[in-house]
Amino acid sequence: MKFDTPATTNPIDQMKVVGKPTNRIEGPLKTTGTATYAYEHHDVAANQAYGYVVGAAIAKGRIASMNLADAQAAPGVIAIVTADNAGKLDKGNFNTAKLLGGPAIDHYHQAIALVVAESFEQARAAASLVRVEYSRSKGSYDLAAALDTAITPPTVFGTAADTSVGDFATAFAATPVQLDARYTTPDHTHAMMEPHASIAAWDGDRLTLWTSNQMIAWSVGDMAKTLGIAKENIRLVSPYIGGGFGGKLFVRTDAVLAALGARAAGRPVKVALPRPLMINNTTHRPATIQRIRIGAAADGKITAIGHESWSGDLPGGGPETAVAQTRLLYAGANRMTAMRLAVLDLPEGNAMRAPGEAPGLMALEIAMDEMAEKLGMDPVAFRVLNDTQVDPEKPERPFSQRRLNECLQTGAEKFGWSKRGKPGATRDGRWLVGMGVAAAFRNNLNAKSAARVRLDKSGTVTVETDMTDIGTGSYTIIAQTAAEMMGVPLDKVVVRLGDSSFPVSAGSGGQWGANSSTAGVYAACAKLRDAVVQRLGLASDAVFADGKVKAGKRSFALGEAAAGGELVAEDMMEYGDLAEKFQQSTFGAHFVEVGVDAMTGEIRVRRMLAVCAAGRILNPKAARSQVIGAMTMGAGSALMEELAVDKRFGFFVNHDLAGYEVPVHADIPHQDVIFLEESDPTTSPMKAKGVGELGICGVAAAVANAVHNATGVRVRNYPVTLDKLLDKLPDSV
Amino acid sequence: MKSFTYERVDTPAAATAAFARTPGARFIAGGTNLLDLMKLEIETPPHLIDVSHIALDKIEATPEGGLRIGAMVRNTDLASDARVRRDYGLLTRALVAGASGQLRNKATTAGNLLQRTRCPYFYDTNQPCNKRKPGSGCAAIGGFNRLHAVVGASEACIATHPSDMAVAMRALDATVETVDAGGKARAIPIADFYRAPAKTPHLETVLAPGELITAVTLPRPVGGTHIYHKVRDRASYAFALISVGVIVQRDGTGRVALGGVGYKPWRVEGAEAALPRGARPVVDGLLAGAKTTHENAYKLPLVERTLAGVLAQAKG
Repeated sequence: MKFDTPATTNPIDQMKVVGKPTNRIEGPLKTTGTATYAYEHHDVAANQAYGYVVGAAIAKGRIASMNLADAQAAPGVIAIVTADNAGKLDKGNFNTAKLLGGPAIDHYHQAIALVVAESFEQARAAASLVRVEYSRSKGSYDLAAALDTAITPPTVFGTAADTSVGDFATAFAATPVQLDARYTTPDHTHAMMEPHASIAAWDGDRLTLWTSNQMIAWSVGDMAKTLGIAKENIRLVSPYIGGGFGGKLFVRTDAVLAALGARAAGRPVKVALPRPLMINNTTHRPATIQRIRIGAAADGKITAIGHESWSGDLPGGGPETAVAQTRLLYAGANRMTAMRLAVLDLPEGNAMRAPGEAPGLMALEIAMDEMAEKLGMDPVAFRVLNDTQVDPEKPERPFSQRRLNECLQTGAEKFGWSKRGKPGATRDGRWLVGMGVAAAFRNNLNAKSAARVRLDKSGTVTVETDMTDIGTGSYTIIAQTAAEMMGVPLDKVVVRLGDSSFPVSAGSGGQWGANSSTAGVYAACAKLRDAVVQRLGLASDAVFADGKVKAGKRSFALGEAAAGGELVAEDMMEYGDLAEKFQQSTFGAHFVEVGVDAMTGEIRVRRMLAVCAAGRILNPKAARSQVIGAMTMGAGSALMEELAVDKRFGFFVNHDLAGYEVPVHADIPHQDVIFLEESDPTTSPMKAKGVGELGICGVAAAVANAVHNATGVRVRNYPVTLDKLLDKLPDSV
Repeated sequence: MKSFTYERVDTPAAATAAFARTPGARFIAGGTNLLDLMKLEIETPPHLIDVSHIALDKIEATPEGGLRIGAMVRNTDLASDARVRRDYGLLTRALVAGASGQLRNKATTAGNLLQRTRCPYFYDTNQPCNKRKPGSGCAAIGGFNRLHAVVGASEACIATHPSDMAVAMRALDATVETVDAGGKARAIPIADFYRAPAKTPHLETVLAPGELITAVTLPRPVGGTHIYHKVRDRASYAFALISVGVIVQRDGTGRVALGGVGYKPWRVEGAEAALPRGARPVVDGLLAGAKTTHENAYKLPLVERTLAGVLAQAKG
């Protein structure tokens, strides 16, 4: 099915099942510990051995020698895989550095060996007996020091690294109210609960991989390319994923080394990355240095807005697209953005929840707060004044829907924004109290997505697609979609996901999964409805409801259509050019209240509110969970998350969850989420968008702005920690 | 993790005798720190002597009017003991500021004192660390050291001691009771329990090899207002950037001990006379000779400000 004209009325609009806050259909499996995660497929292949990854001890250089004798002689050891004996390996299209290093080392903890043994403990013990001598090379590990060497990337995701509209320099110079400020965001790690893990089993030249992966088809392709085997010979299974946040978009070391280990051992091998290895072995959100210039007339109208960002990555990598949202978020006739990329020999930078948008808005939305202050305007009013209903670079191109102002105004009213005082003026005992606001803004992306639906004689509808559920609720919204389309209750739908033997879906990333994957299910169900109608000899306007199909006076139980054999339909939703005609985006406003201990500078979030406008919300409960999780992650990036770079040795020092702090329950006392009623007919027949990344966009800036309101101290370098406030706080309680 | 052998003992004498038979062995009780260190091969004992079943799990009144806390008393039980809560509130407050409920259920009194540093370079066996591998150097000096010591450090090591409980014990003038391999008992004032890093940061306490902690004794209660303020970036489940434990009497006199600033819970009795005059003069004495890096210099004003806040709180 092709979606190339805005949706009209369709069965989803009934909203009998879709749009209801139903519990997750797989929830009981998770709460009872019976959902099988990657490392737990104990019974799918007999005789599983255990692999343990050895990571490089240096950031850049070469392996001078590697002595495996002690490790090979250790109890239980079956095989050891290294670059020397692994055979020819390619690199996946989505990988920047090789997943098995040696002799050249590209980054710290890059895998250099896999030790396979009878037990996990034996593999781990033997791994420490792999003796490696290195010859170190000089590397570049300090973004600030590498700025002069940063280049202009030729293209960034198909567009130019630099954009320009009007005459920014002249316009900026002429504005009476100006801001020119520098902001920094640190490297972040995904810190998902489930580590990267895989079990690999070979049957002749056919590989089955049980793994934890957000993008099944991409990863089948990259496994095939890496190993030099045909895609058809790989089956990838990933039914449950314990969090990904972009860290599992791609094939990583665990998958490749499990496959190589299983080949070398001649039996299935399982590999999980230990937490202290994950952070430097896998990908992370790269640090940025950003410069933002905003010029406004005295009435607060922005006439010039410029945003530049510097980030670093390994050779062959790409920039963090921190300026992208500035092209669209606020009005202004004269605009510029630029991205620069330095070579850094730190681990690979890559996608993490709202890549580009999250760090970009961390800076832009502080800048907007600073401008409002300079103008003497309320930060909500300043944003509302500079709203645009069209793409500011192409005014002939409207937003499909844009209710940012309503998000801001609704939030302000619900949050009690009018009680916000002047900076440093509100006290609650020893606490300095402040409120902050920021816009949330993330574009909608659609990706083609296919599904297969089966109808059996009991009236049960089974959906199969390689879509993944990374803790988001995919199982449930897909079941709701199929139930709505086929007119059956939710318990008559079975959903099977995350298997490469199923039709290729959009996968989970870029908040495109919800709308795209359900649209694919919509297409397949539309085809199944046609098959049912045809089988039962009904008119094409038959109504599917209450487990029945009715046309005129004729009515059948749905299962009767499959009385003579299962009905199967498969289809894919593809997209025309609506996303070019309309700028499709999701919007929100974050409101945060913080308390800052006047003496110690300790910063504690007191309450948070998000108001979101993101198209039709397919399941308000699942969507709310997505947004409160994202708000929590945003609070973490505001107040504590920072990978500490050792600029001498070139690695992230705090590489475990003791050293890399993410929020705990005590940090998040009260959150609320409001979704504005909305449906967007330009996105798909589902009229939905996504919320998983919208939820984090702007949160950190709202926290930082609240800290400023509480204390009068403006911190432009994240995370906002107490050491950056202390010398500016009051002298006594 | 290296393979190891394991035995369980029922008496202190059996524990020290087992140690004598197996050089390099380690005692294990709650295991909340040692097992992590063994998995990472920071500690590689060939033999573990499980002392957790020795009947040292009582909290008893002493003839002097204090409390004798058995070495195996769990942190949860110690924190919730009615006598501790009434007379040694600082100890309860410090304990519940540390770790999580699950960890406190496992962790013992003796084990808490013997926690090793959380310096991230100590935890990464690829990096130089004089505490982990004597003579290899200190990666934290010149590296990431926002969390590190500002007093008592050496050219060889700037690690801090992570315990909250020990800070309270120090302010309360606790005594550590031990028995050595020869069966000889001794009592070590907690002030003398930890060794300065100097050139040998791998030697952290004055305990001889095989010497077992049997109890920690608290002297008679001293009254006063007990406050423990642990400062950290996140609200819970994090080690202290710094912590301040105070006992303040009505006349403004009292005691102060700090966590997160040095290799041991930090107290300078001579500085406490200044308490009635406020935080600054106390801190001048308490942190005299402090040496900071550009990343941890904030700890000096943070200690002073936190102490000032705590003293204001004590006044009510």
